[in-house]
Amino acid sequence: MAGEITFNPDDKYNAFLATCRKAPHGSGKLAGVAVAVKDNISTMDIETTCASKILKGYIPPYDAHVIGLLKAEGAAIVGKTNMDEFGMGTTTENSAFGPTLNPCDTGRVPGGSSGGSAAAVAAGMVQMALGSDTGGSIRCPASFCGIAGLKPSYGRVSRYGLIAYSNSLEQIGPLGKTVTDVSTLMGVIAGHDRHDTTSLDKPYNHIPNADIRGLKIGIPQEYFGKGVDTNVADVVKKAIGRLEELGATTVPCSIPSMEYALAAYYVTCTCEASSNLARFDGVRYGPAPDTKKSWHDAYQEVRSTAFGTEVRRRIMLGTFALSSGYYGKYYAKAQAARENIKADFNRIFKDVDVIAGPTMPTIAFRLKEKSDPLSMYLADILTVPANLAGIPAISVPCGKSDGMPVGLQIMGRMFEDERVVDVAYAYEQEVN
Amino acid sequence: MVSEKHVQHIAELADVGIDEAELGTFTHQFNAILEYFDILDRVEGDGQAARNLYNILREDEIEPSLPQEDVLRNAPAKEDGFIKAPRVM
Repeated sequence: MAGEITFNPDDKYNAFLATCRKAPHGSGKLAGVAVAVKDNISTMDIETTCASKILKGYIPPYDAHVIGLLKAEGAAIVGKTNMDEFGMGTTTENSAFGPTLNPCDTGRVPGGSSGGSAAAVAAGMVQMALGSDTGGSIRCPASFCGIAGLKPSYGRVSRYGLIAYSNSLEQIGPLGKTVTDVSTLMGVIAGHDRHDTTSLDKPYNHIPNADIRGLKIGIPQEYFGKGVDTNVADVVKKAIGRLEELGATTVPCSIPSMEYALAAYYVTCTCEASSNLARFDGVRYGPAPDTKKSWHDAYQEVRSTAFGTEVRRRIMLGTFALSSGYYGKYYAKAQAARENIKADFNRIFKDVDVIAGPTMPTIAFRLKEKSDPLSMYLADILTVPANLAGIPAISVPCGKSDGMPVGLQIMGRMFEDERVVDVAYAYEQEVN
Repeated sequence: MVSEKHVQHIAELADVGIDEAELGTFTHQFNAILEYFDILDRVEGDGQAARNLYNILREDEIEPSLPQEDVLRNAPAKEDGFIKAPRVM
């Protein structure tokens, strides 16, 4: 241990579920840097709840791989951040411990599901934070709170110790006030881990480079069409104009399979969730089931009271989609749609280096604005394609609409995280 | 369309429980979401290509594991080094 930092923020946005008043740190690239961690990432001896009553009081006996890496580089883990329960949501309102408020306007949501991490960074409580992104959960709150956030290529960051919601889609990734912070944190957490069977040996050793002369940017029509707020689209188009001034060229393109992306995403993630969340029965952790009752009744009692409504809805949707007679109609078709989306991206990336568009179709919603589940799901339309394809995607602040931040999303070829970081960095340097 | 009875059955299969008061709303929302999912009927293929993906497995070598005390620390009911669970029979 090289030192200790005192962390005692005035958390008026409810960004944290737990804080460490005295946070020890070591030496290294992040010596003494305060890092906040989303509450679905296991931290040894620090309560980890996934913002769910079913994990209230759970103290992980081990660190997630990324936490070990952070500690090895001297970071101070200062707290666990609020989120939508198990990552299921786009607003952080689905937390069992109350919503996080958007520091830019406390009448609005910070986005989700990594809303606490984004709010903590946006409010200046921490320099950087870890989130996880299953269908936009890093990029959405980064966009809504006016900070930068990267969803890494699938496989570059270990998921060991990330409490699983949808294994085939999710990645841990960095959020920061600047693209440089995001890049620095990515450099610490990326790399191979033998405890994650989907981990690849692709470390990230990169210093952002703002030279984007000659870069070809694909502009998909679907990212500026129906459902996308015209003011948001205009802000993003202007930002892309700035990239052209820096020497990039733009090429119109189309992702026809986008039409199926959202349905494919929600079928896949609910199916995986129904299986992953079966482990929460109160036996090994969580509220004790009544051991005198039969296991069905005892588990049902625990799960019906300790899971929130959205979590139960997604478990049920997944259970239904995987049930006898429906597998071919839902899950198999969702995987076929996923292949088509990958194929569309591969085709487009033969002609262009990156794809740009808005991160979210609107600015941050007002609290309680999205009360209907389907309308909330539809807000993820621009972020889920990158998760379905596994490709890297970053959100960087690119201006405002109605006084609220708008995010520019840059998606890249598989494993070209460095390139999306460079494009975001070039934009950030140009406007600052 | 799924019926309230169907939704109730799914809730039982998934062990998440559902009470009378929420059954109507859940069923209504379920149907709206499933109707949206119907768009997948138009997708060609059966996702066969996705099955060519594989996990990278390590050698099954014995490694030190967590001490029993640490593993049991979070269990709400335990006895003699075992975790207590509800009756299965």
